[in-house]
Amino acid sequence: MPLSTSSNFARPDDAFRAIVEAHRGFTEEQSADFDAALVLILANHIGDIGVLREAIELAKRRMIDGQQQQQQQQQQ
Amino acid sequence: MAQATTYQAKAQFGYRRHADQDRAGQGPAEHPVVVVGAGPVGLSLAIDLAQRGQRVVLLDDADRIGEGSRAICFSKRSLEYWDRLGVGDRMVAKGVVWSVGRIFHGESLLYQFNLLPEDGHKRPAFINLQQYYAEAYLVDRISDLPEIDLRWRNKVTALEQRNDSVALTIETPEGAYHLHAQYVIACDGARSSLRQMVGAEFAGQVFEDQFLIADVKMTAEFPTERWFWFDPPFHAGRSALLHRQPDDVWRIDLQLNRYADPVVEKKPENVRPRIARMLGHDKFEFEWISLYKFQCRRMDRFIHGRVIFAGDSAHQVSPFGARGANSGLEDAENLSWKLDRVLRGTSPASLLESYHAERSLAADENIRESTRSTDFMAPNSHQEARLRKAVLSLAKETEFGKRMVNGGRLSVPCSYDTPLSSPDADVWGGGPSPGCSMLDAPIAEQAYLTDAFRKGGTDFTLLSFSNGAAIDVPDGLKNVRIGGEGGLADPSGLVAKRYDAAPGVAYLLRPDGYVAARFRHPTRAAIAAALSQAQGLN
Repeated sequence: MPLSTSSNFARPDDAFRAIVEAHRGFTEEQSADFDAALVLILANHIGDIGVLREAIELAKRRMIDGQQQQQQQQQQ
Repeated sequence: MAQATTYQAKAQFGYRRHADQDRAGQGPAEHPVVVVGAGPVGLSLAIDLAQRGQRVVLLDDADRIGEGSRAICFSKRSLEYWDRLGVGDRMVAKGVVWSVGRIFHGESLLYQFNLLPEDGHKRPAFINLQQYYAEAYLVDRISDLPEIDLRWRNKVTALEQRNDSVALTIETPEGAYHLHAQYVIACDGARSSLRQMVGAEFAGQVFEDQFLIADVKMTAEFPTERWFWFDPPFHAGRSALLHRQPDDVWRIDLQLNRYADPVVEKKPENVRPRIARMLGHDKFEFEWISLYKFQCRRMDRFIHGRVIFAGDSAHQVSPFGARGANSGLEDAENLSWKLDRVLRGTSPASLLESYHAERSLAADENIRESTRSTDFMAPNSHQEARLRKAVLSLAKETEFGKRMVNGGRLSVPCSYDTPLSSPDADVWGGGPSPGCSMLDAPIAEQAYLTDAFRKGGTDFTLLSFSNGAAIDVPDGLKNVRIGGEGGLADPSGLVAKRYDAAPGVAYLLRPDGYVAARFRHPTRAAIAAALSQAQGLN
């Protein structure tokens, strides 16, 4: 089963909001700890190493794109 | 791996002059096989070859064994191999049998695992036994085998590859002499001098964190289990291991930081307070103290011309997985039957290539597993430490978290993706597939399938499940038959269950106990073809 990137929540704003609110009141360090645990919980729930690797690739690609944009802005 | 300090040797052997040293004018003596290094791997390999009828010269540069306990965990697989070499009972009788491990975080138990949760196996998941006992029993066994010529204080100092042999220069207390061997097997350890002589690299990774090993003698009430701590109260922020050995000796591993000074840390007066904090008392004596860094390395090729590498000389892993000595013993059992066939001329020399293919695959697997354990114990970055912290905290209340905690993944036999296997043509719902190690099961009270396999010499064997009709077995192939008239019993039904077998099924086993092929409806032609494949004749 490939990674699903279509919108899966009936109310996507609720999902985004739930994660945002979970971080409220945390220091940077606490937020990072929290995210690490959340990633592991969700990864286990998915339980498919192929999907996990695809998700990792997608997340990495966004970072590389972001870095390139940053570099282009600096050059301009 | 480990630097021993000054501890008493457990056994001392004498150098003896050999006739090969007095051959002025005759040229060097010619031998089929020279094994270099009388550690567990070299000794086992020599015994295996001798039992197959080969004459073996076994050289060791020292004349004693037992400087420190070193390897202590020997796997079920190794014990089954040692059964075939006639030393299994002695090892198990002396060893401490265990199968349960517990992992603690801080003061609380995170989880426990059982490495052999089912009955019906001759051998336990593991025994703990000091390496010097294993070596001493192997040396004793060698004294029954006139085929083996064990020469202490014989140090190989030069090696020359020729077309049809290897020329060795050997230094002894009475000067140097020369030998020619058709094959040289280098079992001379992680710092192998033969590896340097063939000019091979030993590439890999050295981890920065240091570990202190202390073997202490004390009477204690801890159970016979492997206890591993992350961040214990007595050794904050690091990991620790406690494991029992025979003779009231306990193995303790403590993780130190990467900046610890080995000379200072190894001093007994500095180790003592650390151990006392762990045990809550200081009523113990030191047997051995050593400090080491984890290393994971392997040779690119295990075969260099007529020099073949086995054990730590070919590959090195971090401990905590019992993958060092055990994988070396798997090398020995993989190599010996192949070398025997090549020396007899019943298989071509190219069969040896499958030793490299199969065992380098195993080395990669062992290195991967032990690197993962090491990284979990000594995270490389702040984020890795954070992920580990998350796993440890999740392990308290979730099953998946417990399974992610990595305090060492213990050695199990590797599965080979190998040209010697014939792929399944039938449908199987279980059982060991081609390239997997055979499974044990009871065939009577106190008798096991591994006993039946071993009896009458370990050679290619057909394990067949009787359906009343006589199976047409190719000539010279040993047959172990379950059920039917004169066949072995399957009192618990576990043989059939573990092999997913109905009457008529047959498994072709290699001399090292690996499955080469299996058949729902075996024919003589199909078995013969699989046999040729497994013998490297195709």
